[in-house]
Amino acid sequence: MKIFKTSSFGQDIDGQSVEANFADLHPRLDNSNAIIEAAKCLYCYEAPCQTACPTAIDIPKFIKQIQTEKPEDAAITILSENIMGGTCARACPTEELCEQVCVVHHTYGAPVKIGELQRYAVDALMAKDEKHPFEREAKTGKTFAVIGAGPAGLSFAHRAAMFGHDVKIFEAKSKPGGLNEYGLAEYKMADDFARRETEFLLAIGGIEIAYDQALGDELTLEKLQSEFDGVFIGVGLGDNRSLDIAGADLKGIQNATDFIAQLRQAEIKSAVNVGDNVVVIGGGNTAIDAAVQARCLGSKNVTLVYRRGHEDMSATGWECELATANGVRIIPWAAPHSFEGDEHSRVKIAHFARTKLVDGKLEVTKEQIAIPADMVLKAIGQLYECPALSALEMRGNKISVNDSYETSLSGIYAGGDCVATGEDLTVQAVEDGKQAAIAAHQWVMG
Amino acid sequence: MADLRSNFVGIKSPNPFWLASAPPTDKDYNVVRAFKEGWGGVVWKTLGEDPPIVNVNGPRYGALHGHDRRLIGFNNIELISDRPLNVNLQEIKKVKRDWPDRAMVVSLMVPCEEQSWRDILPLVEDTGADGIELNFGCPHGMSERGMGSAVGQVPEYIEMVTRWCKQYTRMPVIVKLTPNITDVRYPARAAKAGGADAVSLINTINSIIRVDLDQMAPEPTVGGKGTHGGYCGPAVKPIAMNMVAEIARDPETAGLPISGIGGIETWRDAAEFLTLGAGNVQVCTAAMVYGFRIVREMAQGLSSWMDEAGYSSIEEITGRAVPNVTDWQYLNLNYIAKAVIDQDACIKCGRCYIACEDTSHQAITAVKDGKRHFEVIDEECVGCNLCVSVCPVEECITMEQIVEGTDLRTKKKISTDILDWNSHPSNPMNTGQTE
Repeated sequence: MKIFKTSSFGQDIDGQSVEANFADLHPRLDNSNAIIEAAKCLYCYEAPCQTACPTAIDIPKFIKQIQTEKPEDAAITILSENIMGGTCARACPTEELCEQVCVVHHTYGAPVKIGELQRYAVDALMAKDEKHPFEREAKTGKTFAVIGAGPAGLSFAHRAAMFGHDVKIFEAKSKPGGLNEYGLAEYKMADDFARRETEFLLAIGGIEIAYDQALGDELTLEKLQSEFDGVFIGVGLGDNRSLDIAGADLKGIQNATDFIAQLRQAEIKSAVNVGDNVVVIGGGNTAIDAAVQARCLGSKNVTLVYRRGHEDMSATGWECELATANGVRIIPWAAPHSFEGDEHSRVKIAHFARTKLVDGKLEVTKEQIAIPADMVLKAIGQLYECPALSALEMRGNKISVNDSYETSLSGIYAGGDCVATGEDLTVQAVEDGKQAAIAAHQWVMG
Repeated sequence: MADLRSNFVGIKSPNPFWLASAPPTDKDYNVVRAFKEGWGGVVWKTLGEDPPIVNVNGPRYGALHGHDRRLIGFNNIELISDRPLNVNLQEIKKVKRDWPDRAMVVSLMVPCEEQSWRDILPLVEDTGADGIELNFGCPHGMSERGMGSAVGQVPEYIEMVTRWCKQYTRMPVIVKLTPNITDVRYPARAAKAGGADAVSLINTINSIIRVDLDQMAPEPTVGGKGTHGGYCGPAVKPIAMNMVAEIARDPETAGLPISGIGGIETWRDAAEFLTLGAGNVQVCTAAMVYGFRIVREMAQGLSSWMDEAGYSSIEEITGRAVPNVTDWQYLNLNYIAKAVIDQDACIKCGRCYIACEDTSHQAITAVKDGKRHFEVIDEECVGCNLCVSVCPVEECITMEQIVEGTDLRTKKKISTDILDWNSHPSNPMNTGQTE
């Protein structure tokens, strides 16, 4: 468990320590450790890890390739199923996916470090700076528009380019990568990994990205439909859930995703403003990322408040341990009640109401807790929100797609967090993009 | 406490663990360190005639690693002692004088000429050494000069040289055998015929341990070329044990003392060699990998195992398993065992399934009631033990004897009679003769 240099007993930490905190959380395994770790793999028949991976990477095969000192071959095994294997190796909640079902748990007491081995392999290939490992098939003359250069859109684009189609991606922001670039904790994606991975992916050729191109009056779905043979939508989740309680508009209260994005984009991390008393609301990995990074920036008190119990938190156990080991106080069973401001309309105290379960339903009690706060980070979930795509049928509150990732409109496909195929994870988005491209290819080639 | 004292062909040592003739016993400094750690004796690294041989000045060793980088096999292209004969003799004399309770055996290799042996033997005798070991095993370098395994591969030479040695010295003569031969019983019989007091085996096995794919040359690579070296370490233990047992159960050599050598690294390895007929054991690779201190674990482990098993002396263990080493033709074909998978211990890796399904008898399920479930199908299981061998969980799969009822595979009733191949109805040359 990594212990960052954080503030203790109200002491400030210096800028150098702040920058060091944002270095790689897990440095890449060295050769001998990777080979020894790989040797633990039992090479299971119909391996449970492979079944648990949303992208179905042939994990026993790539681990065997590491063991036989062919990390670049291992990387190709990984990337052929998951072109963002590098990000997934860093950010996947492996303890709830491949590593959770690893049977080595039962023999060694801990699973094979599949995530770290995956990173070892992918980094080896990317460090080689050789020709892109995948080749494009002969040009088909077909074109696809992709909305959003996040994991789903890039995965779609790469696979479509492999099939020989030409792809143009329209990205609302000024950089590619989506949540890989803006949404994951800095120390998970150190050394500009999101940018490097996108560059690597684009090296296949046939993919163009137009930046600062949000859907709207200029760029409409109809226009893309008419100009391209097919369209893929990977817009992600557009909106944060709102918190409608007294004082919610006070200064110092912001979305955790904005705080994380600001940190990710900051050249000098220590220049990012952080409160002395930070309160994070939420129980997912975004909440943890925000809380731990607030500590890394030097915040003196960071409290994470979640309305249900520890066991209900969607953050993984490992993420929670990282937070508590680094001085984040986690308070379960408390729901936000109101915020109290000072004379400058700046948040001063966050009030929470104790909650409890009554007949399986969460109820708010009269008991209250007041936590001093000069910064509140809301991580209470995001919602799909995209008025420009109102022509598409919805399923629940996301875009409806069939088994082939096709929306209610023919030739328009969608994937990633804006559809409801699985968990909102990078690895699922990559799988969506890949499968949508396979389906769209069959469709467009008739 | 079990008594570990050893008396091997009259050579006494406080325990049966000797260091084999090899780099660890090349000079007094090393040998004294070994004795301080508790080794029962040493076989001094092989002495030859002056001028001393010359070793390569590049790599002498190569290794075969397990997946965890533990060394499982080792090879070397070092020759016999490269120090002047007199230096070795003086050191042997001093060490034996300082450590009188430890066994001091001197390994020898001189040309296959009577005079050479006749000349060197009195010099060794003068050191006060307890015995000599004739190096008829070294498979590289020296063999090209007509010594080492070049002698060991010709039983007539073994007998001849052994006889010379018995004639010209009062010291016990141990003949060290090479495994680089088709049937080790022949050289052992020759040694006995020449009057040897004991044989020791195995010496190292001819091997190329690895090829450097950049240099396109065997390792260890010396200036772009390599040669076969002597293979040793844990990987050779099964080969060595078989050879020891073959000599122990050969009626012509039965009773000939054996010093067991080959991949011994733990007390258990030593115990196994002893039960197959060895009177003591010699160790080299394990010491070279872990240092001399491993003898403490070996000695204590052997002693506590003897206490647990109710043995009080080394003599009681020696050869204890030999009566149960037999030929295939005498195995009981009526003995039926089948694998049983302990479902509570099973971790569901499926290795037993794929091994059985792909390469053997299709006798393990992969799925039961729609769930991942590995279970032996008695109607198909021949009891081969492959699943036990590949299972990563100790004792998860066991072979259980079926003592009554019917073998579901053959549909035949289980018989308690012993039926071996000689008396088996399917044997066209049924002799009816049993062991």
